[in-house]
Order: sequence, then C-alpha cells, then structure tokens
Amino acid sequence: MKLIYILAALPFIGILFGIQFANKVTPIIFGMPFILAYIVMWVLLTSVIMAIVYRLDPTNKDGDTE
Amino acid sequence: MNASLIIIFGVLLICIVLGILAQKGKDMDLEQWTVGGRGFGTIFVFLLMAGEIYTTFTFLGGSGWAYGKGGPTFYIIGYGCLAYIMSYWLLPAIWKYSKEHKLMSQSDFFVTKYDSPILGVLVSLVGIVALIPYLVLQLKGLGLIVSEASYGTIPQSAAIWIAVISITVYVMISGIHGSAWTAVLKDTVILGVVLFLGIYLPIHYYGGFHEMFTQIEAAKPGFAALPKTGQSVSWFSSTVLLTALGFYMWPHTFASMYSAQNAKVFRKNAIVMPLYQLVLLFVFFVGFAAILKVPGLKGPESDLALLRLSLKTFDPWVVGVIGAAGLLTAIVPGSMILMSASTLFARNVYQVFVPRATDQQVSKLAKLLVPVIALVSVYFTFKGGDTIVTLLLMGYSLVTQLFPALLLSLFKNNVVTKQGAFAGIIAGVGTVAYITITQSTIGTLFPSLPQVIKDLNVGMIALFINFVVMIVVSLVTSTASSKVKSNA
Repeated sequence: MKLIYILAALPFIGILFGIQFANKVTPIIFGMPFILAYIVMWVLLTSVIMAIVYRLDPTNKDGDTE
Repeated sequence: MNASLIIIFGVLLICIVLGILAQKGKDMDLEQWTVGGRGFGTIFVFLLMAGEIYTTFTFLGGSGWAYGKGGPTFYIIGYGCLAYIMSYWLLPAIWKYSKEHKLMSQSDFFVTKYDSPILGVLVSLVGIVALIPYLVLQLKGLGLIVSEASYGTIPQSAAIWIAVISITVYVMISGIHGSAWTAVLKDTVILGVVLFLGIYLPIHYYGGFHEMFTQIEAAKPGFAALPKTGQSVSWFSSTVLLTALGFYMWPHTFASMYSAQNAKVFRKNAIVMPLYQLVLLFVFFVGFAAILKVPGLKGPESDLALLRLSLKTFDPWVVGVIGAAGLLTAIVPGSMILMSASTLFARNVYQVFVPRATDQQVSKLAKLLVPVIALVSVYFTFKGGDTIVTLLLMGYSLVTQLFPALLLSLFKNNVVTKQGAFAGIIAGVGTVAYITITQSTIGTLFPSLPQVIKDLNVGMIALFINFVVMIVVSLVTSTASSKVKSNA
C-alpha cells in the first residue's frame, strides 16, 4: 500500500522542485528546449507510474462492484 | 461567403443536429439532463473531461502564450499532470459518495457532507462567479476565430451572437448527451488540426523543430525557458500547484464526474490523461513558429498568433477547418459551463430559499436560466476588453478556495465544521478579490521579501489564509458545540 503513495509523489517532486535544475533552453532535446523536454519526460513517467499504481492497488482487483 | 465560412457553419450545424439526435428516446428528467443518468463508461467520461480541458484558452491562449511569453507557457502541461495523479484517489472518493447520496452538483456535495444548505449556496455562488469569466473567454475566442476566418467580412460582435444562440439552443434541447457527442466530434477534429499545424508549420518555415528553437534562441536568448524574475521558477511551481489543486474544483468538471458508470473509470483515466495532454505540445509549437514569422502582436493580440500564421500560410478551406476546430473547442466547454451554472443556481440557490418548489419546477427553472446566463456572459464579453486573462486567473484562484474544505471532508474524522468551511471559503475568496481588484502581488505587498517568495502566485496566499481561518474557526466551533453537548 505504502509503495503506491511514494510512486505517486515522485512526479510532484520532479515537477515542483526539480524544475529549478532544468530551467534552460539548451541543449535542445528531440527538438524541444531542455526545460520542455524535462517536463515531457515527467508526463510520460506519470503515465507509466499511474499504470504501475493501478496494477499494484488492491482496490482494482475486486471486479466492477464499486 | 467564402470557403472557410461554409466549413465553419457546416460544423456548427452538425453540432446542433448531433445534440438533437442524442436527446431522442431518452426521458429527460434533471438527472438524465445533467449527469447522463450516470451511465457513461471510460471512453465517454474521458472525452467529456478531456473536452472541458481543451478549451479556446488552450487552443488560442496556449499558442498565444507561447508566442508572447515563451517558457512560462509550459506550466499548462505541468499542472494537468499532477492533477491527474490526485484524481486517481480524489475522484473515486467523491464519485462514490455522490452516487450513494444521489448528488447532482458540486454544491450538493458540500451540502450533504457538512449538512448545511447555506454552505451550498456559498459554494454555488463562488462557482457561478468563477464560471462566468470562463464562459466569456470561450465567447471571445469564438468571436476571434469566426471573424478572422471570414477575412474580416463578419464582425466579431455578430460572430459572438451566432455562437451564443447556437450554444443556448443546443444546451436547452439535449443537456449533457449533446455535449458528449460533440466532444467526440471535437476531439477528432482538434487532434487532427493541432498535430498537423504543430508539425507542418515548424518544418515549413524553419526546416524542423531543432532549427526552429535554435533560431528563436539566437533571436531571443532564454525566451523558451523561465525568466529570472517575474514568471520565474517559483512562479512556475506555485502556479502549477495552485492550478492542479483547482483543476477539479470547477463546477462543470465536478458535475461531469458524476456521469461515470463506476469508480474504476477514473483510475483508468489517470493513466491515459497525462499522455493526452501532450497534444498541447503541438499547440505550443504553433505559437513558437509564429514568433519570427508574424512578429509584432502585442498584449492581448498575441491570442491571434495561431490564426494569423494560418491565414498567412494556407488556403481559405484549410483556414475553415482550423476555424471549425476552434469553434468546437468553444462550444463543448461552453455548453458544459452554461449547464452547470444554470443547474447550480436552480437547485442550490433557488431551491434553498423556496423549499416548496417541486423537482419539476427546479428542472424547468434550470432550463430557463440557460439563456439568462448566456446573456449575462454576452454582456461581459462586449464590456470586458483586455481584462479577460485577469478574470480567468481570478476564476481559477476562486474555485481553488473550495479545495481545502472538500479534501478534509473526505477523511473519516473531518476536523472541519460547517462554520469553519464557510469562514475559510469566505476568507480565501475575499483575499482573491482584494488582490485582484488592487492588482497586488506578493512583491507589492511585502517589498522587502526575497525574489523567490515575491514571485509566488498570489493565489497561494489566499489558499493559506483560507486554510488557517478554516482550521481556527473549526476548532473554536467544535469545542463550543461539544460543550453544548456535554452540558445537555
């Protein structure tokens, strides 16, 4: 149970606090300014993280009754 | 009438027909009209909620901000992402409680949780006040789109009237079923248009994305990152956090949540929604592409960046398709907003003061209020001028004030009393109003603070005051009421 909360907290840390280390235009990565590429990376990671959370979360195992 | 206008009006007609078809064969009581009988599955709820998020603000405003402000625009992707994570836990909890108590609006939730119809009235009024600038913004965007796409033959004012009348007729006939079907149409068209523009324009004008940003960096160093002061890193983080908290507090977003079949729908959506946001990247690219190609749009004019670059680049029929996409981004959220505002007023304000009103009367009033609220918005659209962005930000800061009382009410032992919730919301909303009217920032209020704190989004102060007042008043009133209980 605890693990899913830690996982879900990661994008908050990455976006709210990590951004100060990523605030620059160069190097341009995949055609995007560095800061934008950094945010996009977190968006992709969020989707992956939420998929893992969905799998781990016991609430989703018991059918569609909820 | 040119090719672009024929396409735009054709799409408008399809919207209205879809709205009428969606309504056929369904008995329209208030629950059916507003929450679709709670029968929508993952895909429909996804489309509805996505539909509300991709509005004219993102289509024209997103590209306009990229054009005028550069790096700070990226906050739009950041906050959605965090809001979707919270939605995984938040939405199922709200949905479950709402279903058990047969709730239909956001205020119903507060009324039932805090057992206080007056709190419901306050929440409704905050919601309606916040929604009006949001609707005004859609209408303004529509006006820009239609008049630009007509190459100046239709004035903005006429375009706004056409838009308002269609939205109103369509909402009154079909309610949320209409919105869901138009959402399907809208998402298909917007996805195609945005991807095409965002890929074609940078390649056509610059030879690629990398080259585009290299040229922008050469012309305006640091423009595509956050500035050192003003909309700096601390502005970014505080704005992302504030808007993420307010994300689901809009009455129309809240209400569309009720249309889900089961709670799993939201948990599944939390996986896909972040990816869907990446569509916004291409909106930004259009704005960046416009910087060196249609220079000189200042202030509110920067919202025209996407349209002006399209006019410069394409034939009228392509402009028509782009305009039609823009029209859809205004109509879907516009209809949801109108419906939420009218339902809120009928059920959570009128019925509280006239308790004898039957459900049928309330349902009728809700429908009658649709044109009234539409007209109020038209009034502000014509009157507003360039303070629209200020109004939208005020709207966001306002709805976020509902978050603390809502969040704490989901816990088993809620420390917040109804007096506490009431006082907190009033304090928060009052602070927002004061800050907005006096145009203060943390910098003007406390000039000696370090820059990092000065750049914080002012909505954060309001939220902080709200929270403190809420807790203090709750502690005072809960000890008072327990004393009464122990004396009795």
